[in-house]
Amino acid sequence: MEFVVFVVAAIMVLAGAVGVVASRHPVHSALSLVGTLFSVAVLFVLQEAHLLAAVQVIVYTGAIVVLFLFVIMLLGVDEAEELDIEPIAGQRPIAIGLAAASAVLAIVVFAVTTDGATGARSATAELLPEQVKPNINQIAEVLFTDYVFAFELTALLLTIAVVGAVVLSRSAGGDFEPAPESVLAKTQRETAEAEQAILDEVAAKVAAQDAAKEAAASQADEATEEAADA
Amino acid sequence: MPEVDAAYYLILAAMLFSIGAFGLLVRRNPLVMFMCVELMLNAVNLTFVAFSRDLNDVGGQVNVFFVLVVAAAEVVVGLAIIVAVMRHRPGATADDLSVLRG
Repeated sequence: MEFVVFVVAAIMVLAGAVGVVASRHPVHSALSLVGTLFSVAVLFVLQEAHLLAAVQVIVYTGAIVVLFLFVIMLLGVDEAEELDIEPIAGQRPIAIGLAAASAVLAIVVFAVTTDGATGARSATAELLPEQVKPNINQIAEVLFTDYVFAFELTALLLTIAVVGAVVLSRSAGGDFEPAPESVLAKTQRETAEAEQAILDEVAAKVAAQDAAKEAAASQADEATEEAADA
Repeated sequence: MPEVDAAYYLILAAMLFSIGAFGLLVRRNPLVMFMCVELMLNAVNLTFVAFSRDLNDVGGQVNVFFVLVVAAAEVVVGLAIIVAVMRHRPGATADDLSVLRG
């Protein structure tokens, strides 16, 4: 059973990763990334890292990919990229060679030459089965005792990241620059202007007709008055 | 059916990392390059969890937590930089950004 789930999840991980690299369209890359990240969450569940699987789905597929899609839409860079041309000659063969070499090296080191990981076992704390102690309690105990200083530093790091993002997304002058007009807003503005022009024209015509009528009426009045005087 | 031990996860992670590294080297759109970095970070997370189970140690899973935090911070700052660059030069690729000055 575990083998079947592993194979399915592994195929989805690799297919998603290839999709990220090979898609012409950044939106397609982002959606392939969702597939990969979700399958990695499945592999976390398979290894009984339940808390990390939940965090993976919430933080990665929920927040980070949405942020990617948000930036793609914001910048309007969602046009297809030409992948057939190769701006630097020989870049792709070298990249394929390097990637394949690193993969082969890692696979040989991990799978062939050693019998698994070396080093002290259970150095931090023993990983207990879910029935004995829930995964989240085990991680929390270690996180707030042995790793508490690193945990505090992550709070500082996140604060710096937020401040940095705000500073970077402001313009150099300190004020927010007006956003460029979007296509929808432009169409709406042009439609409104055209409607206003038609309305103005109609109003001008009506006013001219009224004025003509009034003039005719006053002339008629004058004519009747003159007739009465006479 | 064969039993799934840590080597399976480590080999999968190595392949995922290599695909991410290849994409980072080849692609020119800065956003897609960022996504490839995310692939590589996920490969490392997978390795951490596999070693955590293999060595029966909680430390590996705690480290995945820190990787997640650093990845989130990196994405926030990196995307802000991309937005700032793209405002000045719409449609810029990695080839256009050979100097830091706008």
